[in-house]
Amino acid sequence: MLKNRLLGLLTVMLLFLGAGCRYDMQDQPRYEPYEKSDFFNDGRASRDLPEGTVARGFLREDKAFYTGKKEGVTNVQVQTTTDASGNTVVTTFPDAVEEFPIPVTEELINRGQERYNIYCSVCHGPTGNGDGMIVRRGFTKPPTYHDDRLRNAPVGHFYDVITNGWGRMNGYAAQIPVADRWAIVAYIRALQIKQNPNGVKPLVAESSKKAAETLQDKPESSDKNTSQVKTELAKNQKGGVR
Amino acid sequence: MAQVFHKSANNIAKASIALAVILAGLSFYVITQLARSSYLTGAYLEKQQPVQFSHKHHVGDDGIDCRYCHTTVETTASAGMPPTQTCMNCHSQIWADSPYLEIVRASYRENKPIEWERVHDLPDYVYFNHSIHVNKGVGCSSCHGDIANMPAVYQVNTLQMEWCLSCHRNPADNIRPKSEIYNTSWVNNLTEEEKKRLMEEYKIRPKEMLTSCSTCHR
Repeated sequence: MLKNRLLGLLTVMLLFLGAGCRYDMQDQPRYEPYEKSDFFNDGRASRDLPEGTVARGFLREDKAFYTGKKEGVTNVQVQTTTDASGNTVVTTFPDAVEEFPIPVTEELINRGQERYNIYCSVCHGPTGNGDGMIVRRGFTKPPTYHDDRLRNAPVGHFYDVITNGWGRMNGYAAQIPVADRWAIVAYIRALQIKQNPNGVKPLVAESSKKAAETLQDKPESSDKNTSQVKTELAKNQKGGVR
Repeated sequence: MAQVFHKSANNIAKASIALAVILAGLSFYVITQLARSSYLTGAYLEKQQPVQFSHKHHVGDDGIDCRYCHTTVETTASAGMPPTQTCMNCHSQIWADSPYLEIVRASYRENKPIEWERVHDLPDYVYFNHSIHVNKGVGCSSCHGDIANMPAVYQVNTLQMEWCLSCHRNPADNIRPKSEIYNTSWVNNLTEEEKKRLMEEYKIRPKEMLTSCSTCHR
């Protein structure tokens, strides 16, 4: 009987032992992403870069690539008008770059299609008509890509709106890395050309015409987005240029 | 001299030996089962969150891609928790005056993060990286379950080592085509042929490497 009691006691002790060895190794004294911190005043363990510092490899020298704006154009005044949904839209694009700062390849278009369907189609709709699910849920309808104003808009304008937002649209700089934004712009161009093959100004869209040709050759469904996007997009894969 | 022990002591001694063995086995069983139970692993327990965010509504009903909010899942170890600005991309207009979302608006106004309750927490001695998994054919639902149909997120697996290993020992049955990674209702109907092809396409390393200690304990 004593033996049984001892065994029972041993079992209970084993249980305690199991519980006892858990915590130190389980929760080590280091921060995980997004963990709460008692050390910093604002309670966040994830810190912003100190103001005025540039991380190695993140110096944004290439103005066209990082901002979509032309060199040397300052103090620009854009003209705006109000569309049917009550959006204030720009009609002049004095400082936006007109050519893609990176080569437009099939890979870029494919990447753009994938990213567009993640981040943009929720409002702008799968073809860019502005009838995405969020609009059906009550968000203001964004302008369609398929009118002369946006067909003739330079690529830098689209890039700038993705980056900084416009009107009711927030900027997506925090969500979409730089090269992916250009991929999306390329895909928007491809959508525009596909919806209206003769409507886009050739001067603006020389590089994106190539894009549309490659798009036309490939099937509508995006079931093989497996290809790694090379060159500039490689930057995204390694940590992401934000 | 009279006997110290009664004759039945022989039987009691034998029985207690048997009982000791049974008890040891039983307690081993109980301990292992208890360790796997949701009581200790936290599986199937919904956590109360500061805002009752529903993945079912946002992903299942509205069709928003996982990566719209979890932006770094393809590139870094952490899948990424969205900043409040991501909520406000839509909720600046939709449900913009709902008292339900006051916590979200307050967070945006005061520039203070929402303090979500963590649901999936691996022990600190485990190295886990989201990007390698989603880039090598492991879908969200392989670990997180059918999130797109969960009003409140709960953990569906034990997150214990034997569970990790069950997949690392047998990756072929647990990978899916690229197009289905973010489809959390995906059902595995792949043929052996297709599985083999995927293993080659993703260049999955041999079992010995996937189950090496230092793969996960670095």
